[in-house]
Amino acid sequence: MQLILESLFNGVAIGSVLLIAALGLAIVFGLMGVINLAHGELMMLGAYSTYITQLIFKQVSFLNPFYDSYVIVSIGIAFLVSGTVGILLERTVIRRLYGSPLETLLATWGVSLILQQFVRSVPLAYGSGLVIAIFISLFTPLILSDELLHGAKGKLIRACTWGVSALIGVGTGGVLSSLVSKLSRASARNVDVTAPSWMRGGIDFLGSTYPKTRLLIILITLISVLVVIFFLDKTAWGLRIRAVTQNRPMSECLGISTEKVDIITFGIGSGLAGVAGVAVSLLGSVGPNVGVNYIVGCFMVVVLGGVGNLLGTILASLSIGLMTDLIGAGRLLTIWPDMPSPLASTVDFFATTSMARVMIFALIVLFLQFSPTGMFPQKGRMVES
Amino acid sequence: MTLLKTNGLNTYYGESHILRDVDINIKTGEMVCLIGRNGVGKTTFLKSLIGLLTPRSGEIIFNGELINRKPPHQRARSGIAYVPQGREIIPYLSVEENLQLGMEALPGGLANHKKIDDLVFELFPVLKKFLPRRGGDLSGGQQQQLAIARALLGKPKLLLLDEPTEGIQPNIVLDIESAVKRIISETGIAVLLVEQHLHFVKQADRYYAMQRGGIVANGPTSELSKAVVEKFLSV
Repeated sequence: MQLILESLFNGVAIGSVLLIAALGLAIVFGLMGVINLAHGELMMLGAYSTYITQLIFKQVSFLNPFYDSYVIVSIGIAFLVSGTVGILLERTVIRRLYGSPLETLLATWGVSLILQQFVRSVPLAYGSGLVIAIFISLFTPLILSDELLHGAKGKLIRACTWGVSALIGVGTGGVLSSLVSKLSRASARNVDVTAPSWMRGGIDFLGSTYPKTRLLIILITLISVLVVIFFLDKTAWGLRIRAVTQNRPMSECLGISTEKVDIITFGIGSGLAGVAGVAVSLLGSVGPNVGVNYIVGCFMVVVLGGVGNLLGTILASLSIGLMTDLIGAGRLLTIWPDMPSPLASTVDFFATTSMARVMIFALIVLFLQFSPTGMFPQKGRMVES
Repeated sequence: MTLLKTNGLNTYYGESHILRDVDINIKTGEMVCLIGRNGVGKTTFLKSLIGLLTPRSGEIIFNGELINRKPPHQRARSGIAYVPQGREIIPYLSVEENLQLGMEALPGGLANHKKIDDLVFELFPVLKKFLPRRGGDLSGGQQQQLAIARALLGKPKLLLLDEPTEGIQPNIVLDIESAVKRIISETGIAVLLVEQHLHFVKQADRYYAMQRGGIVANGPTSELSKAVVEKFLSV
């Protein structure tokens, strides 16, 4: 009993990290068909946002009393940071490449390299200033009324908002670097996010201990999944997104602005990558390469689950998580100690994290031979057409 | 009052010249039929009107406004509804959601309009029964009815119908015909119909005949002679 519970918990914990990382990708790749190789780097930005938020809460005196809640705050901040960068990426690069997947793949890979180098060679304080400037200049036109933005006067007002946001960005960068000395120099070294005291330790239940960070990640994942499902199924924008993903030209003819839908979909997908970054930062140290470790797993999850199918993504990530724990922790040997020795040595061989990954990927490849469209292929009359 | 007018419209697919100097005009409340054999550019013309294709030269004036450069969603919002050949129902959305999407063209969009007008169910009773079904699971005739209903829910001023009776069983053809007639008499919208079915063509007030991308004949459908019909409709 204890063994089953422990195994289940570990599996779900591994699976939920995969799920939160793949959720944004499932939206961007699954729904829009855009292969975004920079998704891992958007996660990395989320992880760095957590680190920066933590330092700000530590160093700024009036925020210090609320230090324990920085993790919760950083979820929102990471969502906005990655979402902003994602929207910028969509506006500048991906929008020009819709319908040419190979070029998108190469371009987003290039962007991922740029982002990695960016966090290495730009002081984080000024990096956050830049993101804030982009955020303000992207979103002020939405607040201002349409009349203000029309004609020659409108162009002037737009230019003014850019100028103001650039100033705010430089200002915040300067203030941050003087307040928090760790953020004022560029560094390629990995940094660590320390969990607040309430997240340390674990909860005892039926004789085993469950680490609180893992529980929190499961909780974050659960909430994100529920919010995404609610958004897609119940809101007007969700309906528009589903319509555009299934038939872009006809949706446009019905009066849906596909351009806006693209921005919103990509923004949400990227924002979720940021939330995943918070989860990742709680598990280990944060560095420029943190996203690379996750991107392959994310694509595996989305492909295994069936492209464009959220339920498939959920089940795929959970089953990969359970399998990883089952193989990687050598549970089979615990369950069946008297295994014949050749089999036992094989199981033992795969009982490390990296070898378990090899095994899982081999199994996925094998599975996709029999079911190339994943666990939940689309069915019905419309598949043939 | 002229609702839609095109002047010297030229549209290309890549380098091939499809529409050559097309001039038509449609008045409010009028039903106009565009006839011609397969491949002469009828669908290209409708796509140029809704904005899926951009004409290289010429003008499209709708409701007194030049709309050449507007994207399709703005044209839909200004009152042009398009029922394409092949229906283009959103396959994995329910019939109800497909109908809701039709109301996106209304001011305020679908977020402010949830109630589906009963006129739609009066015209096409079968849709009421299938509301929770997925659009892609309906038969061709039902999808056609759904596509017309969806277009009507945006309360358009001009309805573009591309071969609504193509590949549909005869009794549903009659249903669709009478529904279109009723829509025109009750709502007073204009209809531009592309059609091969002679009976349906005869219901229109006027016709334009198209050959190799240009308009070669036009007039009231009552004057549609046997010679013209044989020349422009594939029988």
